[in-house]
Amino acid sequence: MNLRHAKTVLLGAIALSLVASLFSRHISGYPLFVAYNIGISLIMAVSLNLINGYTGQFSLGHAGFMAVGAYSSAVITNHFGDLNVFAANAVFTFALLAGGLAAALAGLLVGVPTLRLRGDYLAIVTLGFGEIIRVILQNMEAVGGARGLSVTHGWTNLFWTFGLAAVTVYVVAALVNSTYGRGFIAVRDDEVAAEAMGINSTKYKVTAFAVGAFFAGIAGGLYAHAIQFLTPNGFGFMLSIAYVVMVILGGMGNTIGVILAAILLTLLPEGLRMLADIEHLPGIAGSRPLSWVENTRMIIYSLLLIVLMLTRPQGLFTLRRRSR
Amino acid sequence: MSALLQLDKATIRFGGLTAVSELDLQVGCNELVGLIGPNGAGKTTAFNLITGVYQPTAGGIAFDGSSIVGRKPCQITARGIARTFQNIRLFSSLSVFDNVRAVFHLHLRGDVRQALWRGRAFEREEKSIADRVMELLEIFQLGRFRHEPARSLSYGDQRRLEIVRALAAQPKLLLLDEPAAGMNSTEKVELTRLIRFIREKFSIAVLLVEHDMQLVMGICERLVVLDYGLKIAEGTPEEIRQNPKVIAAYLGE
Repeated sequence: MNLRHAKTVLLGAIALSLVASLFSRHISGYPLFVAYNIGISLIMAVSLNLINGYTGQFSLGHAGFMAVGAYSSAVITNHFGDLNVFAANAVFTFALLAGGLAAALAGLLVGVPTLRLRGDYLAIVTLGFGEIIRVILQNMEAVGGARGLSVTHGWTNLFWTFGLAAVTVYVVAALVNSTYGRGFIAVRDDEVAAEAMGINSTKYKVTAFAVGAFFAGIAGGLYAHAIQFLTPNGFGFMLSIAYVVMVILGGMGNTIGVILAAILLTLLPEGLRMLADIEHLPGIAGSRPLSWVENTRMIIYSLLLIVLMLTRPQGLFTLRRRSR
Repeated sequence: MSALLQLDKATIRFGGLTAVSELDLQVGCNELVGLIGPNGAGKTTAFNLITGVYQPTAGGIAFDGSSIVGRKPCQITARGIARTFQNIRLFSSLSVFDNVRAVFHLHLRGDVRQALWRGRAFEREEKSIADRVMELLEIFQLGRFRHEPARSLSYGDQRRLEIVRALAAQPKLLLLDEPAAGMNSTEKVELTRLIRFIREKFSIAVLLVEHDMQLVMGICERLVVLDYGLKIAEGTPEEIRQNPKVIAAYLGE
């Protein structure tokens, strides 16, 4: 992948999200939240792609890192009352970074003990780790435990969401598409051969986990300050699976594919919901003729995934032979 | 001058099985040494010992003057030993170009942050690496395949690519594990030429494990013969050819 203009694109994307943010000042409610969700899913999927897709470490605990970032950033910002714009943004920056770093630390804690595990065993351990985080949070009265944590400030906006999404994409792409970054893929393809070629597979795996977790933590912080209420159960195994599906659907190790998959899979449930809400269809009597879609939404979603996996296991968006 | 690679009574036991027993092996700078023996003699195990995949149960292994026992494979490669594998182990999803490029991370002067910042220094270094990769590929007539995924190459080309990849590490010692396996006689002649060429052009030592006696006798300066983990003979191809112990080991007694 040629990244000659990567930095320009990054700055352009950040500028665009700033403009979008200023124009959306008067929009609120559900559509805006869907937009935030797209950005957050993007960050989660692209960061997970670094671990699962590029480095081949099958991690099923990404939601756990998100939780660490969400709660850490919320705890920090909850300390502050009303702030003016500059102070708010400063505090938010700090809180997001802190959440990311806390999550990165968690990523190191997961990455190091799992170094010798492969495939299924790695998946189970990362899954367990995600659950451990969830249970710890559930029993931590200081952050509300099972009753949940209220987040005072709803500081997430389009600028933060898509600006940070652009940064995430840039970092992962820039990292992987360099001589250094080929090491991640080498470790995935053949770890023994990679070691024999001087590639420190340990370092690469741990780096992938730490960087991936960092951005998951950032996504968590954005999520916390959008929805403004956190519960430990909201970051369970099913959420991790949702992001793994995005990575697989996009094509493991295909950043653009994963971006498209993240957008598609975030919009799909919304699209189905809209279908269910259609008031009238020509030729069919009665209101909301497709209301049954609401109840079968998850079934349709799952069936779609099964069909896609059977027909295009290499991912929806893999355009050419994988020789990246 | 002491040898480049020195194994000193290197031993490895797997439970009750002694795969390599008190092996004394030396390879000097720019020497071409062959390691031969019947199947199961411990040749690949010896390679794995040298490259750090296994740690010796006893004995010493020294390279370029210092001990490499306990070092990880990636560290040993950084010190100047590179290898190929018996069953080709390329990075299958990477292109031919990237297979070689990945190894150049050993020679990177910038670090990770440079890759993120992507300043002029980074671009310069990436360009320099790209040039050096192409140079290597061209020498071995693999340049035209540079964008092809490595797994799409023919068997012979894949073997050649694996050797090129090992050379990208700029080793002082090259370990070739049965490079002629699966080749026909024409390809073997070509391989012989290739090994001689590599040794001359890159001034490196080569330690070769091979079953094809004709190839081995024709190219190696010195041979070391293993049988059941023990060194049973060492000498020039002439001496080995007539050694009764070697004949017995191969033909059985």
